[in-house]
Amino acid sequence: MTKPASKTVPRPAARPNYVSTTNACKLCTPLGASLAFRGVEGAIPFLHGSQGCATYMRRYIISHFREPVDIASSALGEKNAIYGGGPNLKKGVLNVMKKYEPTLVGVATTCLTETIGDDVPMILHEFRKEFGDLDLPDIVHVSTPSYSGTHTDGWHGAVRSLVEQLCVDKAAPNGRVNILPNMVSCEDIRHLKDICRDFGVHATILPDISETLDGPALEDYVKIPSGGTPLAEIREMSGARASIELGRCLPAKTGGVSLEAAFGVRNHRIGLPMGLRESDRFLETLEEATGTPMPRRYELERGRLVDAMVDGHKYVFGKRAVVYGEEDLVAGLCAFLAEIGVDVVLAGTGSQGRGLDRAVAEVTGGVARISPEVRQGVDFHDMAAEAETLKPDLLIGHSKGYTYARGWNVPLVRVGFPIHDRFGGQRRLHLGYKGALELFDRIVNTVLEKKQADSDIGYGYM
Amino acid sequence: MNTGILEERKDQIHRAGEGAIDIACNRDSLAGAVSQRACVFCGSRVVLYPIADALHLVHGPIGCAVYTWDIRGALSSGPELHRLSFSTDLQEKDVIFGGEKKLEAALDELIDRHAPKAAFVYSTCIVGIIGDDIEAVCRRVSESKGIPVLPVQSEGFKGNKRAGYLAACKAMSRLVGTGDTSGISPVSVNILGDFNLAGEIWIVRDYFRRMGVEVVANITGDGRVADLARCHGAALNLVQCSGATLDLARMMEEQYGIPFVRVSYLGIEDMADSLYQVADFFRDKDPGIVGRTQELVRDELSMLMPELARYRLDLAGKRVAMYVGGSFKAFSLIKAFRHLGMKVVVAGSQTGTAEDYAELEQIADPGTIIVDDANPLELSAFIKEKDVDLFVGGVKERPIAHKLGVGFCDHNHERKEALAGFAGMLNFAREVHASAMSPVWNFVPRRAARVAESGEEAVND
Repeated sequence: MTKPASKTVPRPAARPNYVSTTNACKLCTPLGASLAFRGVEGAIPFLHGSQGCATYMRRYIISHFREPVDIASSALGEKNAIYGGGPNLKKGVLNVMKKYEPTLVGVATTCLTETIGDDVPMILHEFRKEFGDLDLPDIVHVSTPSYSGTHTDGWHGAVRSLVEQLCVDKAAPNGRVNILPNMVSCEDIRHLKDICRDFGVHATILPDISETLDGPALEDYVKIPSGGTPLAEIREMSGARASIELGRCLPAKTGGVSLEAAFGVRNHRIGLPMGLRESDRFLETLEEATGTPMPRRYELERGRLVDAMVDGHKYVFGKRAVVYGEEDLVAGLCAFLAEIGVDVVLAGTGSQGRGLDRAVAEVTGGVARISPEVRQGVDFHDMAAEAETLKPDLLIGHSKGYTYARGWNVPLVRVGFPIHDRFGGQRRLHLGYKGALELFDRIVNTVLEKKQADSDIGYGYM
Repeated sequence: MNTGILEERKDQIHRAGEGAIDIACNRDSLAGAVSQRACVFCGSRVVLYPIADALHLVHGPIGCAVYTWDIRGALSSGPELHRLSFSTDLQEKDVIFGGEKKLEAALDELIDRHAPKAAFVYSTCIVGIIGDDIEAVCRRVSESKGIPVLPVQSEGFKGNKRAGYLAACKAMSRLVGTGDTSGISPVSVNILGDFNLAGEIWIVRDYFRRMGVEVVANITGDGRVADLARCHGAALNLVQCSGATLDLARMMEEQYGIPFVRVSYLGIEDMADSLYQVADFFRDKDPGIVGRTQELVRDELSMLMPELARYRLDLAGKRVAMYVGGSFKAFSLIKAFRHLGMKVVVAGSQTGTAEDYAELEQIADPGTIIVDDANPLELSAFIKEKDVDLFVGGVKERPIAHKLGVGFCDHNHERKEALAGFAGMLNFAREVHASAMSPVWNFVPRRAARVAESGEEAVND
């Protein structure tokens, strides 16, 4: 075994008390909440703040999904900032009701409304009293001050709010399984659905962005795209036989935790099923939750994955990778990269406090040739400073690492969100044996492409 | 489908030829209307962003900086400091105790690291609420570091995008007049309101070079702090775009007596007119300039026109909807589309003024829908009503058009094609052609039914 590379490189100088952020590797909380609300049937996300927040986030999300993303705003002006945003919030919800006819409005706050002290639950309570004679949609609110946490906090917060605010009664046992999938792609959600169907269980996946953020070409502009987790199903999540939440870096309180505490729905917290062993865990958990053994289809998929890993092992063995992005995605990638012999020399995330270091140690333990250096709360400037000396062969993460990859003449394997400089980010599959295989093919081919490009003569056989 | 326009938005929509235009504009976006518009911060950020040797520090929570990271395709011929995204990344404790110390530390650190020629500090919503005195911090850092450190009062909620343009112009006006103007030609201009998307300002600068006009400062595409500092030495300001830099031109007229003219580099007539306006202005100082300009325009057109004619064969008769940032751009686009035989039937903007819309109505065909501060449902309703073949807009408008099976052309700050100048007109025609003539429209549900009915290919209908 080679000596761990990460131990031989000089560590960067101690950081001063405050370091400004350059090229952040995170997004703000309301963006995550907007994405999660978008995965509920008939729902429209609503940002309580100034107009710019909604527009910027729409633009950012559209560039990845290439779908219309309508996010309403209370469009606060200066007077509202002084006297409170309540009237605009109410008016905004009424206007959205008129124009979009939603069955749910997902209200997320912003730094502005958190700081001026708008009491959103109270404003919404007043709203329901004032307009009780109208056919009101459900309104779920989440507190997402953008000066606290990252987009993943917004995502998980919105999911928890949906569960806690909609699931108020204990539903009759319905034999379903709740899956809280974390921030994965539309294709990932579709795959999770397939897997559950093959296990013969109806899964309530919350949120389900598979159709709402990757819809078909249609005759007309639909105000709210079809798909998403049905509201009735969310209300019945309390009657499920179990919950499975995917993520090793989740907040202490989540939708799954709430359902267990309030209704005794057993909560399984496992990592994102990325790579062989984390996918095994997911399927084992499904076996346990459903009592159904793993269908043969997945035995075959697993077998194919292992076969491919054997066929391709030499091309990737010992390659040095820098991995970055959301904590759980990074942990999942580290799990898989360890299995195929790629050395993760740096695993970075803009979030902090969720134990990415612990999660990475857990998922790579016993397999990884080196312990990846884990950096939490970092930006691209920090990561670049380290990567200069770590000399990676590969970058694996979202599009925003592109300029660095280009600067170092190192290929970038694009995964996660956002993918702004390539096509089809929403259709990338990462989860399960199939997702691992797809990722493996991409990584191997990326390495081969680089080798061909760097070769003086080129070669036609591997 | 309920496509009704919200009552409060009715006076922001007008149909050309149906009575006197009295369109409401420049008001705050309506709550819950899903406006396509951003905020004051956005307005400042997009104007100042291309100044490539300045540090652009966003004082606020992380989102404001992230969503504007390298957002414009504004190219630089040298430094690229503008392409990095700097933020103070305000956290909860800063909101409680104030963010001034953090801002000062960030400026100290970043100025030492990058040695910029100046620094712009953008104020965001949260900073306006917690009341950080960014003016004082900027003054202190400016003294200690010896470079201009300029506050930009761009709190997101204090108006709409136009207010951001003004904040940007105010910040730039502090730089103007601080540099040495010696050696500047009497036949000289500043280019205002071009952001050098895909290198457009280089096309325009080349025309001025051929005319014998010195360009003192690019404001702000491929911009430099030192050029801004001495740009008051130019004889004339050329202002493109409806509002972004007009305020700066007015300030310079008042303070330095520099006249300005409004120009546009988009489309054939407007490009030629703009060059002739400049030639006319300088004809007394340089009698040969008119001839040189005529020759330039003739040369360029002789190359361009035959090419355009080929695209026109396919495109004639097609209908266009456009929704752009500033409405001034819409004038040029309407004329440009006429050259391609196409008809603009919807023209909207995020930040048009009353005068802009009045002028737009003058050049628009009767029945053209003119709209201020629209939203997805309105835009999709207009696309259907007018049965358009092509939509021109920005990133947020693209999926609306595509979902409806309508071709789309990017004409905002993220485009990667140079559309300015005579060369740009050709690029534009090529892109319009590729967007409108693709066979994919045969297969989208909206067109597929029609194709089946007519038994023809949709693109040839």
